[in-house]
Amino acid sequence: MKVAFYPGCVSKGACPELYVSATLIAKNLGLELEELTQAPCTGAGVLSEQNPDLADALNGLTLAMAEAEGADLMTICSTCQGVLSSHNFHLTREKERLDRANATIADQGFRYTGTTKVKHLLWMLFEDIGIDRVASAIKRKLTGLKIAPFYGCYILRPVESLGLKERPERKGYLERLIALLGAEPVEYRGSTKCCGFPMATFNREKALAMGGNHIIEAKEKGADLLVTPCPLCHLNLDAQQPDAARVLKKEIDVPIFHLPQLLGLAFGYEPEQLRLNHHVVPTKGALEKVELKV
Amino acid sequence: MEFTIEVGRYNPEGTYADSAKPGQPYPAPWDRSPARRYQTYTVDLPEHAVVLDALIAIREYQDQTVAVRCACRSAICGSCAMWINGHAHLACKSKLAEFTKDGKTRVESPPSMPIIRDLVCDMKPFWDKHLAVRPWLENKQPIPPPNEEYRVANASMEELIQEVSCISCGACLMDCESFAVNQDFLGPQALAQAYRYAADPRDAKTEERLGEYSQSGGIWDCTHCYECVTQCPKGVAPLEQILKLRRMAVDAGFTHNPGTRHADAFAESVRESGRLNELTLMPKSIGFFNIIEQLKTLPSAFNLVRAGKLPPLIHKKIPGVNRIKAIFERVGGRFK
Repeated sequence: MKVAFYPGCVSKGACPELYVSATLIAKNLGLELEELTQAPCTGAGVLSEQNPDLADALNGLTLAMAEAEGADLMTICSTCQGVLSSHNFHLTREKERLDRANATIADQGFRYTGTTKVKHLLWMLFEDIGIDRVASAIKRKLTGLKIAPFYGCYILRPVESLGLKERPERKGYLERLIALLGAEPVEYRGSTKCCGFPMATFNREKALAMGGNHIIEAKEKGADLLVTPCPLCHLNLDAQQPDAARVLKKEIDVPIFHLPQLLGLAFGYEPEQLRLNHHVVPTKGALEKVELKV
Repeated sequence: MEFTIEVGRYNPEGTYADSAKPGQPYPAPWDRSPARRYQTYTVDLPEHAVVLDALIAIREYQDQTVAVRCACRSAICGSCAMWINGHAHLACKSKLAEFTKDGKTRVESPPSMPIIRDLVCDMKPFWDKHLAVRPWLENKQPIPPPNEEYRVANASMEELIQEVSCISCGACLMDCESFAVNQDFLGPQALAQAYRYAADPRDAKTEERLGEYSQSGGIWDCTHCYECVTQCPKGVAPLEQILKLRRMAVDAGFTHNPGTRHADAFAESVRESGRLNELTLMPKSIGFFNIIEQLKTLPSAFNLVRAGKLPPLIHKKIPGVNRIKAIFERVGGRFK
């Protein structure tokens, strides 16, 4: 199955382990990735809030590129998913906005007609690839691990543009997947909440406290690790975790896995192949529970 | 139909949890809030019953000590906002059948607010914030004589219908992620009202308001998580109004704040390379001359280096970046 692959800036920047593991498991699941190397950043909501026309044009360009490939657009980032979904929602419903965006990208030889579907890898596992196919790829059950899901705001909210009204089951995919891989999903309040990343550069302490509190809650409920489909959450929860611990004056030490890394482990890849040795918070303790070393 | 309700009871004799001792920085709301116990009741109600029906049935026929605040029972008065299964909702608008999970529905006072008793939280923080944005018109002069109306274009008021629909129930603030760690944040309801008055064509103090709202605790302290949009029972979409205020404030020239610097640095990076440059985003948002804050970010940069995760020092441009530059040139506005 061919998909127009939108890796997002962070998987090509501060989270290279996400790009590596996502492409590995995509191949394993029979996805033919046509990477949109010329697609721009979505603006992560920052450009949308400051200049909606600019964000419509940039995201319209990406949607047009996928349309030209004749394939669904696949993201591996909750934030990319949210922003692209939101612009796609408006561009396909408000003709005026679509016309304005098309007028801008026409200079570059592009036109968007409104047919592209934007889907996060997490959704594709259930809706396109099929959960049976995922189950048949499992070579190593993650039995004994207690895993706390962390969705990231923009794959859950706002519900209209993400299609969650039509498909409310999307709100529970991570828990179902964790159980499918043989691990136990941890139920806690923080799973659907904000990691704090949007404020990380300009309201640092509060952002650290926000993310840190959610990890601590998961830890108190017995979680060995958190799994997230969003690399921005990963940055705030993993890379900033030592700082969050300092701000909250508490020990945290809970590793954060990217969704494709968790899948990769269950599919039998070695931790190094998934770059689980390149995290700020060591993944060693969690891996030992499934008798793996890093 | 039989429904099981777990009611969070505030126990005045209860002690604070360990993690909520004074002096702890930023405890999570549930650590800060006094210990509560959960009491289970069973009620027999029709299938279409709402949570409030159950609470009233409990209070009237089973246990008159359960404290619950309600008035209109039809989502107009805004009194009965409370936590239902861990999120803020109006009890009178939430169908029991939809909220029953694993055979029961849990209702409690939201942990982010002080509790008075049982399901009744103290709304003081909410009203303090509401008042702080000066939610009233400061009319442009001269105002019309008493026997005449102050006329404005219909369209300009239609713009504000969404914000006027607010019933001050507080559901948005109760679930606000920023408020949970930052008691000084004005919060979604107050800022949605702030927009309602700042954008009113009759108001004379728009610029002064925008200056105030741009300060610490204001529009830039929102974390953009959409909880308030999801929880608002009236479709006010507070976050959308906060974003409008941000645009108005920047257009009015209130740009000397980390939030605007962040947006500018972000836009510059996308314009020049087509991608986000994580390496320069943080220092540019903080401001190069804010040495103390810059130094505070060093340990986390060091952690990235140690894990072998630091983004490449030479930031790569996407192929075809000229296309992106041309788009910015055409519709980039301030970001050109």
